[in-house]
Amino acid sequence: MAASDPTVKTTRAVDETGERSSRILQTRDLHKEFGGLTATDTVDFAVEEGELRCLIGPNGAGKSTFLNLITGQLEPTAGSIYYDGIDITPLPSHERVDRGISMKFQVPTLYEDLTARQNLRIPLQRIVDADEFETRTRELLAQFDLLAEIDETPAALSHGQQQRLEIAMAMALEPTLMLLDEPVAGLSVEETAEVAELLRTIQAEEGVAFIVIEHDIDFVETIADRVTVLDQGSIFTEGTIEKVKTDPAVRRIYLGEER
Amino acid sequence: MEGVRMSSEPNSSLLERVRSPFEGPNTLGNSNGFWLTFGVGVVSLALYPVLFGTYAAGERAVFLVYALLGVSLCFVWGFCGILSFGQVAFFGVSGYTFGIVGLNVSSYTGVTLGIVAGIAVATLFAAALGYFMFYGGVRDVYVTIITLVVALVLKTFMDQTAGGEWAIGEAELGGFNGMRNIPNLAIGVGDVGIDVSRAMHYYVALAALIAVYLGLRVLVNGRFGYAMVATREDETRTEMFGYNTTLIKFVTFTLGGALAGLSGVLYVTWGNYIDPQQFAITAASMPVIWASIGGRDSIAGTMAAAIVLQWIELQLTGEWALVIVGSLLVFVILAMPEGIAPRLRTFVLDRQSSSEPATAPATTEEVTD
Repeated sequence: MAASDPTVKTTRAVDETGERSSRILQTRDLHKEFGGLTATDTVDFAVEEGELRCLIGPNGAGKSTFLNLITGQLEPTAGSIYYDGIDITPLPSHERVDRGISMKFQVPTLYEDLTARQNLRIPLQRIVDADEFETRTRELLAQFDLLAEIDETPAALSHGQQQRLEIAMAMALEPTLMLLDEPVAGLSVEETAEVAELLRTIQAEEGVAFIVIEHDIDFVETIADRVTVLDQGSIFTEGTIEKVKTDPAVRRIYLGEER
Repeated sequence: MEGVRMSSEPNSSLLERVRSPFEGPNTLGNSNGFWLTFGVGVVSLALYPVLFGTYAAGERAVFLVYALLGVSLCFVWGFCGILSFGQVAFFGVSGYTFGIVGLNVSSYTGVTLGIVAGIAVATLFAAALGYFMFYGGVRDVYVTIITLVVALVLKTFMDQTAGGEWAIGEAELGGFNGMRNIPNLAIGVGDVGIDVSRAMHYYVALAALIAVYLGLRVLVNGRFGYAMVATREDETRTEMFGYNTTLIKFVTFTLGGALAGLSGVLYVTWGNYIDPQQFAITAASMPVIWASIGGRDSIAGTMAAAIVLQWIELQLTGEWALVIVGSLLVFVILAMPEGIAPRLRTFVLDRQSSSEPATAPATTEEVTD
């Protein structure tokens, strides 16, 4: 997909050294063990403001564990996480969300009995007054091309629409960092392209930073500013997609297996 | 959502404006038909003392009291997913507290103090238990087990409180014989006040039930209600929308305890008596049975089930009553796991949509909302 669309690379501003001044997320010596088994080991990881970072690696590389450490669903065995310069390691999940971290889970977890409008109310009612619900709901649904589905329950939505609604719900909180766990898993080629387009638009227009876990290398190639390869809980390598793709060691541990 | 509907329909009638805070996706009945049925139900209950006499009404007031206990469970279980067998613990603790205060402080002051103390002690007890459970990370079925054990421990403890050494001032706890001569419900201070007994007690219980029902409808369709339902559906997900789900469960459980406490006060002032059987496993199961049969996320369904099942029990009397209620529970859980009220609603909606296809979009919208 990316290969056939050369404009993608030029629309984003990331310099080749990958260095920027403002780091929105920074981890230090982050370490997580499950009963003696190391899931994440001394990951020093940083994401810049407005950057779209993809996290790849073979199954069991510790990608989901790493995201759960950032959201606070898991407590690290050692190390700390800084967000916007503040140590958020001791904060519970909901306080991290208040600081601007939003998450879309891998498995769709929409509220089954509620319509799209009512689903959106759950994040929206935390940050806007009741008289603004309707306006904001319509704005968000229009942005995610779901306005016609406003009164539909999740059962009536396609898989792609459900994924978009979930991203809309995460975006309703106006985050500065979005964590997406496999946003295009199980989507068709067309739907995948739509999600890629959507993420690029959000990144460009709202300046939101992303960390995306994804197995679909074509998708990663389309959206990523930089890619981090995890293997056995540690950062194996980091850099632009070209650098990562051409690294023979990466091909051996990951890409070779997948393709 | 309430505000939304009003602003999108500028010429909404006064009736709609009055109704809107009570309606929303978190309560099942929002249609004209539902409110009509509800009105008929309330009027029938209000006419009961007139038709069957004040004595009968005084006797049946306990149905309404237990319906309120069922509602307290429906609130925590149906709307926040906390299956508690401990509602009877708060109910009983409140009843005993009222008895202790009422027997020690004579005159109307004692009764008024007893009402406040009973509900306050039940609320604090629920808050303490909820604090240790939810902030201690206890979840799901373990909450159910702990609440059941709390009720059973209270039963065992109160059973052995026979004899003079187990008296608090004038009030003897009475072991398994229970606490006797608890005063009637009354409102007043010193020698000035109104006695509430017999038919009057019935009306007070009915008023409390209706007030709690309408209050809970406003609550569950408001911001807090959305947060409760979201927590019930998926706690981790809801936390990632920035909700403090631990606090939501704690507050819900405490409120549920307060409602059970209110029903406890109404219970002891009805029979002037309470014994440890109120904490026993049969009593602890009853609210769960009412909510399961009526529909745990339907407040009106739970209320109706509580009243009807108690009536059936009274007609059958004895051991057979429990067998029949138990069989009914098994049948309902197998045939309609969500309960009778949600099934009834689906049935009515299906009938409506097949009999009037898109002829009256306004009313259809009203019903399905």
